[in-house]
Amino acid sequence: MAHDHTKCGDVFAMLSEYLDVELPPEACTEIHQHVEGCAPCVEFTESLKRTVELCKEYEPDTMPEPVSAAAKAELMAAWRKARG
Amino acid sequence: MLAGDEAAFEPFLEHFRRKVFHHTILMCGNREDAEEVAQDSMLKVFGKLDQLHDPEQVRPWVFRIARNECLMKRRKSVFAPQRELSLEEFRPAREEGENGPRLEIADWSDVPGDALLREELRGRIGEAIRDLPETYKAVVLMRDVEELSTEETARVLDISTDLVKQRLHRGRLALRKHLDEYLKVAGRG
Repeated sequence: MAHDHTKCGDVFAMLSEYLDVELPPEACTEIHQHVEGCAPCVEFTESLKRTVELCKEYEPDTMPEPVSAAAKAELMAAWRKARG
Repeated sequence: MLAGDEAAFEPFLEHFRRKVFHHTILMCGNREDAEEVAQDSMLKVFGKLDQLHDPEQVRPWVFRIARNECLMKRRKSVFAPQRELSLEEFRPAREEGENGPRLEIADWSDVPGDALLREELRGRIGEAIRDLPETYKAVVLMRDVEELSTEETARVLDISTDLVKQRLHRGRLALRKHLDEYLKVAGRG
């Protein structure tokens, strides 16, 4: 049976929920079965998955200035006051 | 920290101040504002720490405070108009190939194994996140950078879980497109 590429649009719309395993099991199975047999969807799914991985690995290159002694004292005072 | 152990003060401060700073610099876009928001947020965090009853919720709780401080700061400055992202703008074009349809996207197959390429893309992702419209950026930062759950993100941002999912997907698609264009220019199209 020819592969049904009309489903690619549904996959595209739900791909993040699919990758995050946040879809109901039936929808998840349906997408999984479609993607398995659809080269364009496999390619797109992989690229989105890599994007999410890169976000998770992201480390900003700018660091904050060290906290000044005065700012630290102000923070400690706020904490002590809150504790009563 | 929650038990009042003063030895925990420094590590807690360093850890969360850095996190809040990094979040704010991506949200506000400038260092001076990020430093100020980080200090104001930490003041609120320490001043209200007795109100945090569930230690498991410390990260979303701190980010909720930081988010509010960030918004307060933004109210004092000029707002950029919000841009809505639609799914359609990220749907890749297709062409008919010999073996069926293929997408006009870059070749991502080397990304997992090529350490140098991965490093380059890690640099690009920061730029791509900064370019996202604010509502999408806030969700991507919470879900994919800070790795909060959908429910925690919804609570931090005061929006429904459905909206978190919708904005996350569109934000991710925008980031993917940004990286895809970079890969194409780098000769991997």
